[in-house]
Amino acid sequence: MTPLQIIFIIVAAGILGAALMVVTTRNLIHAALWLILTLFGVAILFVILNATFLAVVQVIVYIGAIAILMIFAVMLTRRMFQDKGQQVNRNWWIAAIISAVMMIVLMYALTSWSDMASALPVSEISNDSVRDLGIALVSPNAFVIPFEVASILLLAALIGAIMIAWEKK
Amino acid sequence: MIPLSWYLILAAALFCVGLYGVLARKNAIAILMGIELMLNAVNINLVAFWRYRTPDIITGQAFAVMVFAVAAAEVAVGLALIISLYRRRNTVAADEIDMLKW
Repeated sequence: MTPLQIIFIIVAAGILGAALMVVTTRNLIHAALWLILTLFGVAILFVILNATFLAVVQVIVYIGAIAILMIFAVMLTRRMFQDKGQQVNRNWWIAAIISAVMMIVLMYALTSWSDMASALPVSEISNDSVRDLGIALVSPNAFVIPFEVASILLLAALIGAIMIAWEKK
Repeated sequence: MIPLSWYLILAAALFCVGLYGVLARKNAIAILMGIELMLNAVNINLVAFWRYRTPDIITGQAFAVMVFAVAAAEVAVGLALIISLYRRRNTVAADEIDMLKW
């Protein structure tokens, strides 16, 4: 066991434990805080994978914007939905069975894949993948069209969210 | 060195936990949290495959950036819908939201 593997196992256990708390805890504010812990663990994984830019974006966008937005929404809608009472619906056991079956199917698919048995060698990586990513996102023969479409999508979502949540006098 | 399979197993488990959250939770905001977990599982897969298979082509990371943008848009619109719904119907329970049912 290398130190990196031990770090990975600790982080993975943290991610899965926090994710389980997200879907099972009664108090929604606590669920949002567990969600932040999960997202932070994923950011650590991105650092281990040398995707530093994505790790920073994960912290800024997911933790800084999305999770905080969720906490706002929970607080704005809290009065009706107190922590007492059933938090899962009638058919929660069907959901549990579906998730377990999904997990088994995925595990079966992974183990039957021939490359899974061997530990893959990590090929050499260039040091400035951030620079490559930046160039690829605005290069005409790479991802400039999806990049612009994503910006239009964000603008549309912004206007749509304002229109939907607008309180008509 | 960490084998690629560890990342894939972790992502599969995270996806299934998120799936359970989406299917079983009553509160619409909790359902959105489950969707976030599933999107993060996908992102782990994208970045792990990029790192292990094609580190010289940046496509994997570019896809993950797109997933970030779509997730942000989805959460913004979803939470606006939930807040608007709460104002009109005074509920955020997914099984009481049946205005489209007839």
